[in-house]
Amino acid sequence: MRKIIDTVIETVIFICAILSIIFVVLIFGFLFKEGFAFFKDFGITKFITGKFWNPSSNPALFGILPLIVGSTLVTVGACVIAVPIGVMTALYISEIAPKGIRDILKSLVELMAAIPSVVIGFVGMITLVPFVRIFFNIPTGLTAFSGSIMLAFMAMPTIVTISEDAIRSVPWHYKEGAFALGATKWQTIRRIVLKAAMPGIIAAIMLGIGRVIGETMAVMMITGNAAHIPDSIFEPVRTMTATIAAEMGETVRGDMHYKALFAIGLVLFVITFIVNFIADLFLGKSKNK
Amino acid sequence: MMKFFRLISILFLMSLLLFACMRSQDGSNSYVSSIQIKGSDTIVNLIQSWAENFVEQNSSFNISVTGGGSGTGFASLINGTCDITMSSREIEKKEKILAKYKNIEPVEFKVGLDGLVVLVNKSNPVIQLTLEQLRDIFMAKITNWKEVGGEDRKIVILSRESNSGTHMFFKERVLRNNNKNAKDEFAVQSLMMPSSQAIYDEVYQNPNALGYVGMGFVNNGVKAISVALNAGSKYIYPTSVNVMNNTYPISRPLYLYTNGKPKDIIKMFIDYALSDVGQKIVLKTDFVPIKKIK
Repeated sequence: MRKIIDTVIETVIFICAILSIIFVVLIFGFLFKEGFAFFKDFGITKFITGKFWNPSSNPALFGILPLIVGSTLVTVGACVIAVPIGVMTALYISEIAPKGIRDILKSLVELMAAIPSVVIGFVGMITLVPFVRIFFNIPTGLTAFSGSIMLAFMAMPTIVTISEDAIRSVPWHYKEGAFALGATKWQTIRRIVLKAAMPGIIAAIMLGIGRVIGETMAVMMITGNAAHIPDSIFEPVRTMTATIAAEMGETVRGDMHYKALFAIGLVLFVITFIVNFIADLFLGKSKNK
Repeated sequence: MMKFFRLISILFLMSLLLFACMRSQDGSNSYVSSIQIKGSDTIVNLIQSWAENFVEQNSSFNISVTGGGSGTGFASLINGTCDITMSSREIEKKEKILAKYKNIEPVEFKVGLDGLVVLVNKSNPVIQLTLEQLRDIFMAKITNWKEVGGEDRKIVILSRESNSGTHMFFKERVLRNNNKNAKDEFAVQSLMMPSSQAIYDEVYQNPNALGYVGMGFVNNGVKAISVALNAGSKYIYPTSVNVMNNTYPISRPLYLYTNGKPKDIIKMFIDYALSDVGQKIVLKTDFVPIKKIK
């Protein structure tokens, strides 16, 4: 009797656990099916290295190089901003801040993660975009740079919380050892704490990057969506995610354009998969220490 | 254990019953009391006010209106996920073929007219342009405002996404000059904005920008440009009167499409849209009625 209940519960839990794996496999399979059909019809090199994205002209051109460049530019920009600030915040929270400030800061950072991306996009459009245009004296504020700033806000909570965990899990006796040898607080943080927590911090950065690459709504609203290869970060760009979101509605199932969007999805999936994989690798490393 | 089994069997029976109910309802209820309308962002406000007034008079009905662009509307008519497509362009040949393939028969109704307005920032001294100049600007052959009589500023081109009927119409009318064989496209530098509101917002705050929107979106925050057919002809300001008497060069009809000849509530809705009351709402939402209203 008790045994039966046990097995039933165990099976239910097992099914729940296996469900997420099944979903990922199914999603990947579906992307693969639609995307691959497109590669066969259009050619994978023409798709990745093509410089023009003109899906509705005749003949249609599906070159995603400008989109890849756009996504990369926005992501790199966001990292340059978010990584130093995020890691420093994590250090401050876990090593320096007094208890009261630490608690407030921590819950504020977590609150930041809860802001919906459309709100971030909207606020960026109204406040940041005009500011960037006037401050840098450029033709329009709808640029990769504005997108990077707003996305940095979205990556920061991920980077801060996970790096903070990593820093906190550095064993106390490492620090005691350093202090005993006469190291100052900054020397200890720089030489001991940061070094020991590095794998965890890199994992945090990678997960932050994953969030930025996949972000859609905010990016669509503030990067300008011009599908050409920009000369600098102060020009409008268009990202892969924004393209899928903006154009999915107009396509008819089974159409070439429809498949092309799935192919972009596949490219995105591969990129985020690699990023997450690297993050996992480093997370595993930090756990083993 | 017995309890457990009993619970399971009761749950099973209940779900069976529920299913049975749903099935029977599905079968007997062929009368449609709710309609889905999808399509052009340009006329979504107009259709919305039609729907609201229509439902006020016939409260047992339910109409849902969503935007997304004319292309989106046609795609969902073809996929069978909406009853009426609102569109700011005619259905394309490609879409007709796809519809036929999926056993959908689109029927067209002209319900109003719209003028596309070229917008610039209030501080921009340019007040008039020819179609030729507009074409050169949107294809990035003219890149500085001083070339068309403005200040020495770079021009920022704002366009709608390619799923928008406004995008298609502007491309065909201005860039391709109604030539069906032309292959001209918007310059790659043009910013593809997700909505007419986004174009309005950017023009409102950016003195370098110019964009195009439907007449319904214009107000005192921005400046509308007068357009001439060519350098020799008169510059016409976009007003309802000028669109109705066909002197303003960038105007277009607005359509509703249904699958097959409309009946029941869908027919009632379209009749309502074409009635004098419906056409008055067209005027009220800043579009142009297809006929003179008494």
